[in-house]
Amino acid sequence: MLKRTPFYDFHVAMGAKLVDFAGWEMPIMYRGIIDEHEQTRRSGSMFDVSHMGRLQFSGKDATAFLNRVLTRNVGGQKVGQSRYSLVCNEAGGVMDDIIISRDVKSWIMVCNASNRDKLVKHFGDARRQSGMDFDMADQTESTGMVAIQGPKVIERVGDILPLDIRSLRRYQFETGSLMLTKFTVFRSGYTGEDGVEVVIPAKVAGMAIKMLAGKMDKPDATIKPAGLGARDTLRLEAGMPLYGHELNEQTDPLSAGLAWAVDLNKDFIGAVPLRKIAQDGPRRKLVGLELEGRRIARQGTPVFRDGRTVGDVTSGTFGPTVQKSIAMAFIDAADAAEGTAVTVDLKGTMNPAKVVKLPFYKRAS
Amino acid sequence: MTSPPTNYRYLETHEWHDLQGDTVTIGITQIAADELTDITYVSLPKVGQKVEANKRFGEIESVKATSDLYTGVSGTVAAVNGDLASNPGVVNRDPYKAGWMIKVKVTDPGQVNKLLSSEEYLKKTGH
Repeated sequence: MLKRTPFYDFHVAMGAKLVDFAGWEMPIMYRGIIDEHEQTRRSGSMFDVSHMGRLQFSGKDATAFLNRVLTRNVGGQKVGQSRYSLVCNEAGGVMDDIIISRDVKSWIMVCNASNRDKLVKHFGDARRQSGMDFDMADQTESTGMVAIQGPKVIERVGDILPLDIRSLRRYQFETGSLMLTKFTVFRSGYTGEDGVEVVIPAKVAGMAIKMLAGKMDKPDATIKPAGLGARDTLRLEAGMPLYGHELNEQTDPLSAGLAWAVDLNKDFIGAVPLRKIAQDGPRRKLVGLELEGRRIARQGTPVFRDGRTVGDVTSGTFGPTVQKSIAMAFIDAADAAEGTAVTVDLKGTMNPAKVVKLPFYKRAS
Repeated sequence: MTSPPTNYRYLETHEWHDLQGDTVTIGITQIAADELTDITYVSLPKVGQKVEANKRFGEIESVKATSDLYTGVSGTVAAVNGDLASNPGVVNRDPYKAGWMIKVKVTDPGQVNKLLSSEEYLKKTGH
């Protein structure tokens, strides 16, 4: 039995194509992936991300515990601030990438749907081993969450919600109340565009969704629904990693270009092996590839240089905005310099490509 | 959604076949195009190449996935839709006419009758 988010009826009413994603029945698209992708870059889209895990930490040792399990130092994080961080295993491999936010009396962690059960177990084990005193509450199924992303979103949502969204800075969040419903708005996202992510109680989700995005089914609507298909093409163009592709338990955050989210001066689970990798330098690096032609290099595609295997692709697509075949790949450090000419093996056909810096797309500030 | 034309014949892998004289035109169904979503590239054989029934003749890519294309008939490729190189999206918009992929001069015009009818195709693919 697949789980359904509080917005399931909305998806059906809007004609979504629904698929199984991490055990949830989720919309992969409504009108078309490219349509939804372009709508996001040009105006605004709303994505149901209720399937993502939402965990709350509170109590005496909550902060100390989070510093134990996260790569990021949260000690100095202010109330109302959100930060991107990794959770690593003892070997320094990535268990998940998450966003951790500090509220007045608690911490909110948003994690990937596919890793929620794994993290809950990991945190339970770590709590027992550490003897730390704190509460952890899984709020995933009692809440809904939407990501509203695009250049016109802040203005539009700012008109609807009783919060000064325009003055909310990137990676800041605020809690407000509308018609007795508590909601939390984060100014963050996974598309490379400006926008917000909003958490609301599950039981008012249906009503709330209509208020948040106005009349989404009109052809000239500012904000239209978008699914997981466009979410993937958007984040890929923006050079953002996806767990299960660029990140997994056999990959460390330093090789994945995420050293900025790792505080090696702190003691956390995985810090010791990561310090060694930082010292020696990562053997492989995550880079962008631009392919010649329109063919797509999908996850697992081998990458060659001068007849040697130098790496493999983690994600690939044809970027609707950049109008190029793009991919992310792990390449041996010695062959990973920007501009390096490589070939990718597309089921026997050798396709030329070159190493480029990430991201492929950056919005105009 | 356009229904699969009743005068075409089908493979379970979603390719339609339209026999005119001794030439069979091949493309993919709306169901397949919708499943793939926005098509970005179609890899087709060259004119003159031989194709064999139930073997792949090419590949079709979308932002979402890459799929093999199969032919239900054997013969020689007589024509290839040159439009698809610059305009692959036409397969999504008009899969049964403008979105045609290859024309095969068949060795046995009767071979196409062994393929599925539109009704059988819909049943076999759960539609």
